[in-house]
Amino acid sequence: MSLYTRRTWVNRFGIGLSMIAMAFGMAALMWILWTLFSKGFSAFTWDFFTKDTPAPGTPGGGLRNAIVGSGLILLATTFVSTPIGILAGIYLAEFGDRSRFASATRFVTDIMLSAPSIVIGLFVYALVVVTFGGFSGWAGSLSLALIAIPVVVRTTENMLRLVPSSLREAAFALGAPHWQVSLKVTLRAVKAGVVTGVLLAIARVTGETAPLLFTALSNQFFSTDMSKPMGNLPVVIFQFGMSPYDNWVQLAWGGSLLIALMVLAINVGARIIFRQKDNL
Amino acid sequence: MSDTVVSSGELDAQGAKVKLFKLQDIAFHQITMIFALVVLVSLVGILVTLGHKAEPSFKEFGWSFIWSNVWNVPGEKFGALIAIYGTVVTSLIALLIAVPVSFGIALFLTESCPVWLRRPLGTAIELLAGVPSIVFGIWGLFVFAPLFSDYIEPVLQATLGDVPVIGKLFSGPPLGIGILAAGIVLSLMVIPFIASVMRDVFETVPPVLKESAYGVGCTTWEVVWNIVLPYTRAGVIGGIMLGMGRALGETMAVTFVIGNSNSINQSLFSTGNSIASTLANEFAEAEPGLHISSLFALGFLLFVLTFIVLAISRWLIKRGTHKQGH
Repeated sequence: MSLYTRRTWVNRFGIGLSMIAMAFGMAALMWILWTLFSKGFSAFTWDFFTKDTPAPGTPGGGLRNAIVGSGLILLATTFVSTPIGILAGIYLAEFGDRSRFASATRFVTDIMLSAPSIVIGLFVYALVVVTFGGFSGWAGSLSLALIAIPVVVRTTENMLRLVPSSLREAAFALGAPHWQVSLKVTLRAVKAGVVTGVLLAIARVTGETAPLLFTALSNQFFSTDMSKPMGNLPVVIFQFGMSPYDNWVQLAWGGSLLIALMVLAINVGARIIFRQKDNL
Repeated sequence: MSDTVVSSGELDAQGAKVKLFKLQDIAFHQITMIFALVVLVSLVGILVTLGHKAEPSFKEFGWSFIWSNVWNVPGEKFGALIAIYGTVVTSLIALLIAVPVSFGIALFLTESCPVWLRRPLGTAIELLAGVPSIVFGIWGLFVFAPLFSDYIEPVLQATLGDVPVIGKLFSGPPLGIGILAAGIVLSLMVIPFIASVMRDVFETVPPVLKESAYGVGCTTWEVVWNIVLPYTRAGVIGGIMLGMGRALGETMAVTFVIGNSNSINQSLFSTGNSIASTLANEFAEAEPGLHISSLFALGFLLFVLTFIVLAISRWLIKRGTHKQGH
């Protein structure tokens, strides 16, 4: 075999393997989605959305309390993490160009983006649950916010850095104070990008289970009291999925599909919003 | 000329406004800084809080906590070795699978994929990253594990089981769940992270370098192997470390699939426990005292371990992507 044919074959082999790798990734995604639909879709009945989680051994039931609980916890998380994340992002982009404090914050933000979520649950347990004497929806929201904030900080900073400095300079030249330039000019210019960041942060925490195990815990009954343990989808899926009861496992599949659909919808929505930015 | 004369009253008003703006700016600077501080403090807070809560356990067991393989709740004897072993081995299996696959995906997306397909395929890989870990867990337990024990584990045992040294890794009953299954499910979870970092750093290679190589007659494979990979080495390793950081701390997917038994076996088919899965299973019902303190100690070790891995990863990725300016 000549050198040339050998090189051609090595190339074909390598590219072939890369295609197999790509196919492997796509197959994994398709397989998981297909399983979710085939097993979870049948759980979507009227009862699924209107009844509460059943007691052990009781047939039927739904996930109403968990759906509402998850919604409340996520709502509180969003309200806490959005302003903190955006303001911290503004600081990094507008004031903290080369300061040591800003680079330390950037470093920590990057670490926190991938920090083990269960450890954040432990931290909030020690900080809030022990101090205030009980599991609560608030504690769950706080732990999710700690995961969401770095996502918002990072996207806000990256987006603000894309603003051309001429825009800032024009606003300064008109005599606008820095805070007005930041909030009314630059932040507004990257509105779509920042909203995308917030949405991605929500998507990220929607399926987070580990930090909720020790903070919001779970609640078999319907409750809208954020200061008490609160039912939520991820923890219910965890408990029901590992249980021996068929109807519990079925509900866990339904819950998984619901969460996956929510996360995918938010992800797709974020992409659409971000893409529209180019046309503005 | 008289038009430009400003009365002193107007000047004062102007001055007051400038002063007000200055004050507002200082306040704005300080407020945003405080919020940036929140992020910084949360990391320090995690370290200090976990360290403080873990103290009784570290005092009781000393350094032997790390290499003792006893986890006896009623006897109040605790060691982290079983959990550390499970965490590290599942992560290594995950990387062993995820690194070549991610490299293939990144290579395909940057070099050989038709341009119109790049965006949808890239998006699909990112969606895989968005699938919540609990979904991977329930899929792993109910769909993957049964198939794994019926079709894949017997084949592995038949082909590799008799090979000296590594044969022992594939001994024992094929349960489906266990260390190996957890590693494989983990690999699916970290592939998107590693692949997207690799793709991003591959795109930083100056086109002129690749074009010169293509110009002298290199094949795509040779360009990637001899030009792209050496150029992006730091970033690629950084991406792998990022995947490792993710794998080490992953909780739900592992907890569903690893089998949750406090033991170390030679076989990868056997069940085990990782740091995160031990925490997920035991923490909510832990007895106050040494048990809960030891669980905090596990969390502390996990956090320190991932912190080191992620810090190295970030440093390498930064070095890898900064090159493009040179």
